[in-house]
Amino acid sequence: MASNLEIADTLAGFALFADLPSAALERVAHTFEETWFPDGERILRQGLSGSGFFVILEGEAAIIVDGTQRATLGRGEFFGEVSILLGESPVADVVALRPMRCLVLAGPAVETFLVEQPRVMFRMLQAQARRLRNANRWRS
Amino acid sequence: MAELSERPFEPGEYPVVIVGSGPGGLQLSAALTRRGVDHAVISADPTPGGMFRRWPFFQRLLSWTKPYAPVARSSRAFERADWNSLISDDPALRAIQVDLMDGSSEFPSRPEMEANLATFVERAGIRVRYGCRWESTRREDGLDGQRFILVTSDGEYRCRIAVFAVGVAEPWRPATPGMEFAAHYADTRAAETYADRRLFIVGKQNSGFELASGLLHWARRIVLASPSPAKLSVNTHSLVGVRARYVQPFEDHNLGGGVSILDAAIESIERTGSALTVRLRRSDDGSALAVEADEVIAATGFVTPLRDLPEIGVATFGQSRLPAQTPWWESATVPGIFFAGTISQGSGGLKKHGIPANSGAVHGHRYNARVLARYIAEERFERRDERPTLGANDVLGFCIDELAGGPEIFHQRAYLSRVVSVDPSEGIRDDGVVPLSTFLDGGGRDGLAITIEADGSGATYPTIYTRRSGTIVEHQLAPHPLMDFTTLEHRRAIADILAGFGIA
Repeated sequence: MASNLEIADTLAGFALFADLPSAALERVAHTFEETWFPDGERILRQGLSGSGFFVILEGEAAIIVDGTQRATLGRGEFFGEVSILLGESPVADVVALRPMRCLVLAGPAVETFLVEQPRVMFRMLQAQARRLRNANRWRS
Repeated sequence: MAELSERPFEPGEYPVVIVGSGPGGLQLSAALTRRGVDHAVISADPTPGGMFRRWPFFQRLLSWTKPYAPVARSSRAFERADWNSLISDDPALRAIQVDLMDGSSEFPSRPEMEANLATFVERAGIRVRYGCRWESTRREDGLDGQRFILVTSDGEYRCRIAVFAVGVAEPWRPATPGMEFAAHYADTRAAETYADRRLFIVGKQNSGFELASGLLHWARRIVLASPSPAKLSVNTHSLVGVRARYVQPFEDHNLGGGVSILDAAIESIERTGSALTVRLRRSDDGSALAVEADEVIAATGFVTPLRDLPEIGVATFGQSRLPAQTPWWESATVPGIFFAGTISQGSGGLKKHGIPANSGAVHGHRYNARVLARYIAEERFERRDERPTLGANDVLGFCIDELAGGPEIFHQRAYLSRVVSVDPSEGIRDDGVVPLSTFLDGGGRDGLAITIEADGSGATYPTIYTRRSGTIVEHQLAPHPLMDFTTLEHRRAIADILAGFGIA
């Protein structure tokens, strides 16, 4: 359990929110909702509509495509944004490998949030650019 | 008043112990009794529904019971219009709230809600040991398995399964400097005592706006503040946000009527002479702001009164310190401990499009309790429910009937689902109501799960999930402007889905 002030402190250490002043971090903590997943629970479901954008506060998750584990995600990392940005269902399952505490923002609220927080949008874009670069490296 | 000697459930060993006599505990007790599962119910309160003796302050609940609905009051479908009665397979126990309201409002008063619960208890023959306060908890591992020991004001209760239905009812306030100068929402006084006062309300959720609405014509000025903008239920198209009954302060704010609604973090509260100064930092531009008030009220919510459960391993999360739960409302970290009532919202389900289930209200968690009772009866006491067989020609009509009148999938959208299994050896069966996530993630026989969903845009539509050879496919059906899901278009869509299972 953590209060919104404690969550704001945690977020300050994550790259995605590193540019935000404390009042904005507290607002982020109020805007997102804290959620908890037991070991083995599916958080994103491949092919099903209506999922959210997640930021991992604690724990570890596996990205699984068609039953094959492709990558893992840990504290400070985020997932779910691609399907929301594209208006499509997720192309992977995300499953908790250990108990996970996350912040979640509902899909319909993500656009407004990113437009209101352009520094977060920039950081997200950087993260996506890195993922794209790494994917291109693997191909070459 | 019953004599002390007539109090049921002396301390001792029981298969299941339920703690709490609010709607959650009572509903679970009724459902367990129907399934023949022996259990005890203990409660610190003197009567059923103790919470409704105190809250909400301004007398009426936020949940409606419509006296005039298009279906009979004794029908299951009437539960869609009646958010407050507890539920039963016995028609004599249905829609109890309707006859206990004076007709002046579809929102029951607190005494009407209390009478609703007391009447259900009496008619259903539910027994509760009142005045018995749960104080602490131990785990004991014996040769024949694990037990919980609940230490109470009356002695020790031992059980293999403990269900806590104690509400999310413990006042909570943030650790902001000077917050001790604020009264909590829970300590709000009679409205007239706020006459001509300058009020500052911390928090912009329903409790804050309930106070603002009730005190509008008493207070000289009201300021409400929290870091993020208030949401309105009429905008979220769900129960998320401030309910329509409490929007008057927004009009006062917009028209300069003595109410200010601010997006700002509260940095400190200081005493300055006979007044209080609230120091704020605005969320939009980070600038500082100070507001003077005669009184500050912290409408900052409640936490779950779990006592020492975290010390025996029950994990909690979020501002409300809800216990982390499996889809069957069992502690995710301490098997054998379950939750009912408003605490069941800790099992969040899919929250598709950000819309939560209604487990924080009676009209949601009453169904969770009934599903939980079946789960406990089947999984822990081997009292397996009958799965009625459906003829191939009956499945389409069954699906349409559930979409038209099934209350579980109407109130617990994308959270509970009605499952029909299709198996070559067992035939087509009504598997009853289960948490949707257990159908999607749990594996099992081929079949379909029927539910109703909403996407936050205002559209409400049926969704049917099919599971064939382990593969899940989502089928969204069309919304309908009058929420009529029995049209030819819906029948055709369902027939197509059934054809995939070879059901004509």
